[in-house]
Amino acid sequence: MSAPRELVIIGAGPAGMAAASTAAGLGVDTLVLDQQPAPGGQIFRGIGQAGPAHLELLGSDYQAGAEQVASFVHSGADYQPDTAVWSLGADGELGILHRGKASLISARRVLIAGGAMERPLPFPGWTLPGVMNAGGAQILMKSSRLVPLDGVVIAGTGPLLILLAWQYMRAGVAVQAVLELAPRKNLWRAGLRLPAALRAGHYLTRGLRYLLALRRAGIRVTYGVSDLQAVGNDRLEAMTFHTGGREQTLETGNLLVHFGLVPGIQLTEAAGCHHQWDDGQQCWRPQADAWGNSSVDGIAVIGDGATIGGAVAAVHAGRLAGLEAARAMGHIDAAGRDRLAVDDRQWLQDDLRIRPFLESLHRLPDTLLSGIADNTLVCRCEEITAGEVRAAVRAGHRDPNQVKFITRCGMGPCQGRQCGQAVANIVAAACDRPVSEVVPFRVRPPLRPISMGELSMLETGNNTA
Amino acid sequence: MNADVVIIGGGLMGSSAALHLAMRGQRVIVMEKDSPGRHASGVNAGGLRQLNRHPAEIPLAVAAARLWRDIQSLVDSDCDVKLSGQVRVAENEADMRLLEERAARVRALGYEHEIIIDREQLYRLVPHLAPHCVGALYTRDDGFARPFHALTAFRHKAESLGVQYRTGSRVHEIARQGADWQVVTDRGCCSAPVLVNCSGAWSQALCSMLGEPVTINTGAPMMMVTDRLPHFLDPVVGAASRKLSFKQMQNGTVLIGGSHLANHDMKTETTAIDFIKLSESARSVVELFPHMRDAHIVRTWAGLEAFTPDHLPVIGPGSCAAGVFHAFGFSAHGFQLSPVVGLILSELILDGKSKLPIGPFSIKRFLDETATGCA
Amino acid sequence: MFRRLQTHQGKVVTVFVEGNDVRVPAGDSVAAVMLAMDLLPTRTTAVSGAPRAPLCMMGVCFECLIEIDGVANQLACQVQVSEGMRIRRQHAVGDPAS
Repeated sequence: MSAPRELVIIGAGPAGMAAASTAAGLGVDTLVLDQQPAPGGQIFRGIGQAGPAHLELLGSDYQAGAEQVASFVHSGADYQPDTAVWSLGADGELGILHRGKASLISARRVLIAGGAMERPLPFPGWTLPGVMNAGGAQILMKSSRLVPLDGVVIAGTGPLLILLAWQYMRAGVAVQAVLELAPRKNLWRAGLRLPAALRAGHYLTRGLRYLLALRRAGIRVTYGVSDLQAVGNDRLEAMTFHTGGREQTLETGNLLVHFGLVPGIQLTEAAGCHHQWDDGQQCWRPQADAWGNSSVDGIAVIGDGATIGGAVAAVHAGRLAGLEAARAMGHIDAAGRDRLAVDDRQWLQDDLRIRPFLESLHRLPDTLLSGIADNTLVCRCEEITAGEVRAAVRAGHRDPNQVKFITRCGMGPCQGRQCGQAVANIVAAACDRPVSEVVPFRVRPPLRPISMGELSMLETGNNTA
Repeated sequence: MNADVVIIGGGLMGSSAALHLAMRGQRVIVMEKDSPGRHASGVNAGGLRQLNRHPAEIPLAVAAARLWRDIQSLVDSDCDVKLSGQVRVAENEADMRLLEERAARVRALGYEHEIIIDREQLYRLVPHLAPHCVGALYTRDDGFARPFHALTAFRHKAESLGVQYRTGSRVHEIARQGADWQVVTDRGCCSAPVLVNCSGAWSQALCSMLGEPVTINTGAPMMMVTDRLPHFLDPVVGAASRKLSFKQMQNGTVLIGGSHLANHDMKTETTAIDFIKLSESARSVVELFPHMRDAHIVRTWAGLEAFTPDHLPVIGPGSCAAGVFHAFGFSAHGFQLSPVVGLILSELILDGKSKLPIGPFSIKRFLDETATGCA
Repeated sequence: MFRRLQTHQGKVVTVFVEGNDVRVPAGDSVAAVMLAMDLLPTRTTAVSGAPRAPLCMMGVCFECLIEIDGVANQLACQVQVSEGMRIRRQHAVGDPAS
């Protein structure tokens, strides 16, 4: 094994970039790995190629990325794009794949900034071509300037719905409807948390601005929607939903869904970090302290991969983690770290004030998470239905891992990323236990498939492989 | 709670024992510290292999093969058994010589299940093998099954005959209570005149509790599985001079094992894949099946197994007191034997002796190593 | 069905999609090219032959499995197009049922 790097950061999104800039600025030997060809993470995809018109279209949140990327590129941190991390050990050993070459590297400290993914939520017809994640469609727009040709329906819950609808509207895309699944009663609970959220009120005013713009453009936003269904044979032809007690149908070839974000936990699970179920965010997240330290010595996690906080919070958390890395590697002492951290700690706290409000507003009903219809596919890869999962529980397989063994749910290429939450929710409901007591799918390497040929040529930095 | 037999370990050995005992009217309780099949029984390579067994194991493996051929009538499930043979490939003349000697030894013991096949026969059986191989040792009715499904079938059948599984019940203490063994777990106790130890990688702890003089090592053999590939292989493939076990499942995925060991920690019951060693396996795969170069490895894992010093299992009565029986230490080749091990245990317990020869598996063979004997 | 927001000004490459040559922006992922050409479904599943298309565009759903330069099961949203690349939809790789 070649000599260990001091700090390896996985992910060049806002959190990773900020951590790298900070740590490298304090003299930490820093290497940033990212699977994309350019920095920016998911939120700033394509920012390197974005001309002024495109930046204008996508809005101010996106534009903020340009400066972060510039800062990162000049930070002195080593940066290796096109690099997938396929294994991560608690001892700081990483398996990476870069342009067809697999190798093992080691780090004294690993900072996981791999971000979040859109919550996978099965509903009837969700596997039809024509149904895509709203964030995925946004990535298409950011990195390839592709937008729906004909009409598009955007459905689900979360700030992304309104943002995307607004971006599409300005791009001349025919937004047929925006369907909000959050139950109306969420408004009351969220309302209680509104005062505390006002400290981060700019999010609220921006959201209202987008809503107003949509209204002026005649784009209908419908609340209290339920019973989403995608309909079609080989591809999406229409979608149905319930609102105000009635069923409605919209003919469309594009349905973009988004049910909120959840931390991507593959890396933290692989490293053996402790996770807990977060009831407010309705997902598992790794245990982490204010500096990003996980339950495993030498492994830290920040940004949306630690807790859903958004891009601005990620920058502050990244800076704090960069400072902590400098302290851990002996470049600064704890007092120096604390001194340098004062502003970011305050800004992070302020920024996160919006979260309880948003979490309440966009809280998904338990029935939506666990009451998936029997004949709806839960595991897309192996084509296992919710009914089969329930049958496995009835046959005595009472945790997700046992269900996986007997049904193959979670054994396909995505290794449970898309079905893990649904299986856990269904199993919990079937066993009459809270989902916080259910242990998620065990994660095993490789975290991304690597080929037999690539593994056979594994490089370790020694001359013998 | 009382029973006729308490079995420690809800894996395949324990479940097989439970089933055979229940079939003969015994009341059985199985104490399982996690969930049945959580460890080695659920995650092994699923190989049904008589080929290349230690001579002491051959009679058991041949008897087990008969049970696997008709597993449906034993456990009401076919366990996804596929018996399309196993080959042990010779890649050069030296390998071939070793295999021919082996075949002769097995024939001399009176068994016909291992035969030498030549180059032409080998490539008819395994057309996608790299072209340099010269022949193989072949067992026609070997194959594989799906371990967790098999375990589940054994368990369900056992439960239908009244066997009770206590899951989440780790054994802390074993005590004598008159003529009974009292087993204390963190979820309750039970007593029975007969105790069966099928605790797999945890058998050292159990043996210590029982005062048995044995040293068990633990190991975690690594496995990998690929994405689904078009069907190209029927027999299971091993090689004379490589650590490799290679099979294609009915669903197209390819399962690769071969006894390279992961790092593991018995305190936390975790394993960490050693990718340097695994890359050797990958090299073997690519050298024997060149088209596998582009196959994707989707998952790797390693199950916790018990290894005895001589890699032969312990099967038989305990050495210290009456009413104790053992079946552990299968050293990464227990799956195929499991149906017959349960039968043997039931015969030992109920008839005082087993029909199959189990002398070489006696726990007493370790008595010479320790001066103290029983605690 | 997707359209481009504006004419691409930068570098283009020629790739072969299902045997037909097409010029695409050099920064596109293979998945983006398939969606831009409306080649849905982009694959059919191994288990039942069901039609599928990219879902997440960020490498976590594994729906966009595509054959690239003769090798199956490539993650199209994580592969950037390059000159001469041969792209094919893949159908039911592996044995159906089970």
